[in-house]
Amino acid sequence: MRDNFVRQLSEIARTDRRLFLMTADLGFRVLDDFATEFPRKFLNVGIAEQNMIGIATGLALEGRIVFTYSIGNFSTLRCLEQIRNDACYHGANVKVVAVGGGFSYGVLGISHHATEDLAIMRSLPDMTVVAPGDQWESREATKALFATPGACYLRLDKSAAPATARSGEVFTLGKARTVRQGSDITLAATGGILGAALEAADSLVEQGIACRVLSIHTIKPFDTESILSACRETGGIVTVEEHTIHGGLGSLVAETCLDEGVKPALFRRIGLRAGFSSVVGSQEHLRREYGMDAVAIAKAVAELLSAGSPRSPRPRLRVSAGGSAGR
Amino acid sequence: MEQPAPQAAKRSAHVAATSDLARRIRRHAVRMTNLGGSSHVGSVLSMADIVAVLYGAVMRIDPTNPKRADRDRFILSKGHAGAGIYAALAESGFFPIEWLDNHCGDGSVLSGHVSHKGVPGVELSTGSLGHGLSVAAGMAYGAKLDGHTHRAFVLLSDGECDEGSTWEAALFAGHHKLDNLVAIVDYNKIQSLASVKDTLGLEPFADKWNAFGWSVVEVDGHDHGALNRHLSSHPRPDGKPFCVLAHTTKGKGVSFMEHSVLWHYRTPRGSEYDGALNELVGDE
Repeated sequence: MRDNFVRQLSEIARTDRRLFLMTADLGFRVLDDFATEFPRKFLNVGIAEQNMIGIATGLALEGRIVFTYSIGNFSTLRCLEQIRNDACYHGANVKVVAVGGGFSYGVLGISHHATEDLAIMRSLPDMTVVAPGDQWESREATKALFATPGACYLRLDKSAAPATARSGEVFTLGKARTVRQGSDITLAATGGILGAALEAADSLVEQGIACRVLSIHTIKPFDTESILSACRETGGIVTVEEHTIHGGLGSLVAETCLDEGVKPALFRRIGLRAGFSSVVGSQEHLRREYGMDAVAIAKAVAELLSAGSPRSPRPRLRVSAGGSAGR
Repeated sequence: MEQPAPQAAKRSAHVAATSDLARRIRRHAVRMTNLGGSSHVGSVLSMADIVAVLYGAVMRIDPTNPKRADRDRFILSKGHAGAGIYAALAESGFFPIEWLDNHCGDGSVLSGHVSHKGVPGVELSTGSLGHGLSVAAGMAYGAKLDGHTHRAFVLLSDGECDEGSTWEAALFAGHHKLDNLVAIVDYNKIQSLASVKDTLGLEPFADKWNAFGWSVVEVDGHDHGALNRHLSSHPRPDGKPFCVLAHTTKGKGVSFMEHSVLWHYRTPRGSEYDGALNELVGDE
């Protein structure tokens, strides 16, 4: 996703003088080509994220469209107040980019586990929040954010779902994509973990369960209609995110349903319940560890459907505590 | 008798004008904090001369076109002294002076900490310390990229030099030789709870800015002639960003507010309010 993002930036920079890319001393080898081709559109500010957002705001107020690049939580939490007060409040064209969403940097420890960013970023006023699920979405989202006025957040994952775009498909910011049709249940995923949701959907076919799979690439503004349709047209909703269950996609879907007065017949949030993970491992390992991999997703769906089936005495809204125990 | 050089004559005319502007800013600040029941009057009194010289003599501004491309940019990084900037902008014709009466009032856009929304002439909303220098550096960097000649002025408090982000920006500006950036520190030696010296000492302060690649001058922050001379001497021939350490008196102009921590927060009321206004009387 990262490389596609940078390639897309280069493409824009060739024809648009406004684009500017800043990094806080990260992106070894990733940003070299851009920096070489566009020396006057690139700046390494040093290891100073607060300053980076301030500088970016100043440049944006002078007419640039600035992408700020760093990894994990450094892009967001380290400079949260600058993002809020400087970028968001001024409607400045600052596009905050975090490479390494969720457990992308799983082995590096909790400093590098970006598992609260979506909740925090989406709570900021005048902020657009995007987490692409595959390579195509990451390129399209980069273009879309360049064209979207104001502050934006782009969460890029190490993992990416296999290509999901149909030929000629048009990407629309704020509009969820149905990447698989089905009516037994809806899997609503955000970010690269979309791949695990698709894999789970594949395996469920063998059990005769047809999943609708939504790629919720835009967390804010949120596509309410896609969720209402899922409630109306499918047997329930399971949200999938490599992110804490507090305040992320699952919370957003639940809030949306209650606000709209619609209850999915079945509901479950798959995400990180453990809080901090003091154990490390690959992204795949940590997903498995915390009940977020394809196997866990498929199992959760099967259980949910079986508990909520007409044979069950009282089908009802279920908010199930799942995932493995915290560490 | 030798005639003064034209520039010096112009400057001395400016001094009379900006001195009166500073007094008016001070009066407004006392009234605004009284009407709004708000704080930080001491912080406004401290910087009033600097602000008056900037708006009255040094900066290229255009009240009829606040967003004019070649204007000088000004950022009040010590946003808690916002009343002083609102007063300077109103006095400069950016909006009606009557607006000031509603400072901190219910539904007012003139917030206690300076905000740009709905207020012509404010470049940046601040209030959390340690933000302004970075944004000003970004503006200065952008101006250089585009070959523009406007300058970026930023007014800092001494207390906000406790913030690490201030020094991130200082390092950046020195490294990139932003000679179109001017940081003025309102060095009144008092911060929120106690003196700077007893809280987190900044000395040797000028040496710190020097070491970060800045050109530094120390000046009496209430001397309009000196402020005008130094702030007008820009861009610097040495190609460095310019730091003006302005030695000031917190609460300047109202005898019982001077050098006092109390007036960082206290609202002037009753006899204190009347006394303060009496000390700031001029040819209204």
